[in-house]
Amino acid sequence: MGQNGSEAFVRFEGVQKSYDGETLVVKDLNLDIPKGEFVTMLGPSGSGKTTCLMMLAGFEPATHGEIYLDGQPINNVPPHKREIGMVFQNYALFPHMTVAENLAFPLQVRRMSKADIETKVKRALDMVELGAFGGRRPAQLSGGQQQRVAVARALVFEPDLILMDEPLGALDKQLREQMQYEIKHIHESLEVTVVYVTHDQAEALTMSNRIAVFNDGIIQQISSPDTLYEAPETSFVAHFIGENNKLDGTIQSVGKGTCKVRLDTGETVTAKAVNVKEKGSRTSMSLRPERIVINPKGKSVPNILKGKIQELIYLGDHIRTRMTVAGHDDFIVKIPNTFGHEPLAEGSTVNVGWESEDCRALDFTEAHGPG
Amino acid sequence: MALPAHVEPLERAWYYTFRVICALIFLFLIIPILVVIPLSFNALPYFTFTPEMLRFDPAGYSTKWYADFFSNPNWQGAVRNSVIIAFFATIIATVLGTLAALGLSRPEMPFKKAFMALLISPMIVPLIISAAGMYFFYSRIGLASTHIGVIIAHAALGTPFVVITVTATLVGFDQSLIRAGLNLGGSPQTVFFKIIMPLILPGVISGALFAFITSFDEVVVVLFVGSYEQRTIPWAMFSGIREQISPTILAVATILVLISVLLLTTVEMLRRRSERLRGLSPG
Repeated sequence: MGQNGSEAFVRFEGVQKSYDGETLVVKDLNLDIPKGEFVTMLGPSGSGKTTCLMMLAGFEPATHGEIYLDGQPINNVPPHKREIGMVFQNYALFPHMTVAENLAFPLQVRRMSKADIETKVKRALDMVELGAFGGRRPAQLSGGQQQRVAVARALVFEPDLILMDEPLGALDKQLREQMQYEIKHIHESLEVTVVYVTHDQAEALTMSNRIAVFNDGIIQQISSPDTLYEAPETSFVAHFIGENNKLDGTIQSVGKGTCKVRLDTGETVTAKAVNVKEKGSRTSMSLRPERIVINPKGKSVPNILKGKIQELIYLGDHIRTRMTVAGHDDFIVKIPNTFGHEPLAEGSTVNVGWESEDCRALDFTEAHGPG
Repeated sequence: MALPAHVEPLERAWYYTFRVICALIFLFLIIPILVVIPLSFNALPYFTFTPEMLRFDPAGYSTKWYADFFSNPNWQGAVRNSVIIAFFATIIATVLGTLAALGLSRPEMPFKKAFMALLISPMIVPLIISAAGMYFFYSRIGLASTHIGVIIAHAALGTPFVVITVTATLVGFDQSLIRAGLNLGGSPQTVFFKIIMPLILPGVISGALFAFITSFDEVVVVLFVGSYEQRTIPWAMFSGIREQISPTILAVATILVLISVLLLTTVEMLRRRSERLRGLSPG
């Protein structure tokens, strides 16, 4: 589903949230989510992403602004009348009820008939492949099974919107990856709208149609996973999504879509001007480790710098190389393990080069080296 | 548990001293209660063991004090009053105490400590002071010497127990369960009765039991606030000891011990059952 033109199913309009009346946890959030989309709110802890989810679920009132669901403002709708399914971080299964009773709860409060409840509960349990576990109590299930029950319970009353608050955080890596695919498939087959909160970028990249990267109460960038990785618009996003080499410098001239940047060590490079101010201002450039060429031929790329190899890590399909480039000793290059790749030795000096297109000049930031 | 070989003499000495102390505690706590039981079967109106009893002569034993207890209208009235007062006082204390504990456990509740201290105060303030205060206050508003007065007084004494036990249960309560209940479409009332209540039930039951026992055993306040019409079992025992010394008191004491043991056992079993249902221990 496209992000423009279609009617927003969920809409945040100028939403602000403050718990103490002074500091804003969420600062002026504007976000449109079309029906059927899987949107992930990604960010470090304390970035405001969970608060946004809680406001959408109705557990936290918005300090300012309005949230719309299917065109209706919902600021004054209590949580139990919002018809939104939610999977909680710790699953929040009712420990005194069996799995089937947990799933029946939302149906019973909607006064459905016994027969209807039974069919729906069975269908939901079958969907998460727990058909035989209806009579068990949550405490008798493994973490992964509890997680599935939580998903089934959020879906059983057929809401159009599902919220998930770091639902896979407590699972081990393998199970987490498996559940990512299962949730993705459930989303695709049921065509529900999902708003997912996580701090795990791999999870966000795997599952989402669009990712909203949060930091400091602001959406830094919202776009599809590939755009987010290949075309980050702020230094924070470049650093937060994937691995990133950061080079700091001062802008010498801004041209048509490109700019010349003088590095702190004196070299000049050409970069794509993405988020830069006028000549003389500082910029942090972002460069993905796999876009760097070792010993490029002649003038095949516009930017060529010297790099001293500090460390080689053999990883099978590629060789991860840490080198010192332009005064940064944490410059990472991923060299694919192809036939006849450049011979490398620790301590040797090589040329490193890249296209100006791959070097994105962004807002200046002091913080963080490569992720 | 045997002592490991490496213990030092001091540790060894403490090990045995500790056991002696425990035994003494049991002796002084339990023996006075146990000794009442055979004495209540005394054939003669004495509070001591007669030579016949010590010889285990059947003639030295009798159940006539029990017969007296079950036929004497003075005692039967006391039983009725005790049950009625304890029942209603327990209900009031349980409802109020549970609600207070729920409110006090909410994160947004201001002045938590102060309110808690206020609610617990009937446990801390010497009973005679509460009793005297209640007497003067209740007399002024026409509640002295009424069943309602005694019930309210006992409810005030029982509430702290409920507040404490329910608060303890709520410490481990996962607040996201409430959110989950609301999110799934349960109204706040439904969430309270279907989710919160079943989970805090063990604390509520324990608190209710303490409140019941408090009212059932209480003598000071009922002496002040009540009169003969509101006489409870302890009231009747107290005045019995002062006025006409009869071993019926011993029979009553035995019955009370029996009731207490039964009540505690039942409630403990109920509590374990609901704890199992809560999923705290494997079923």
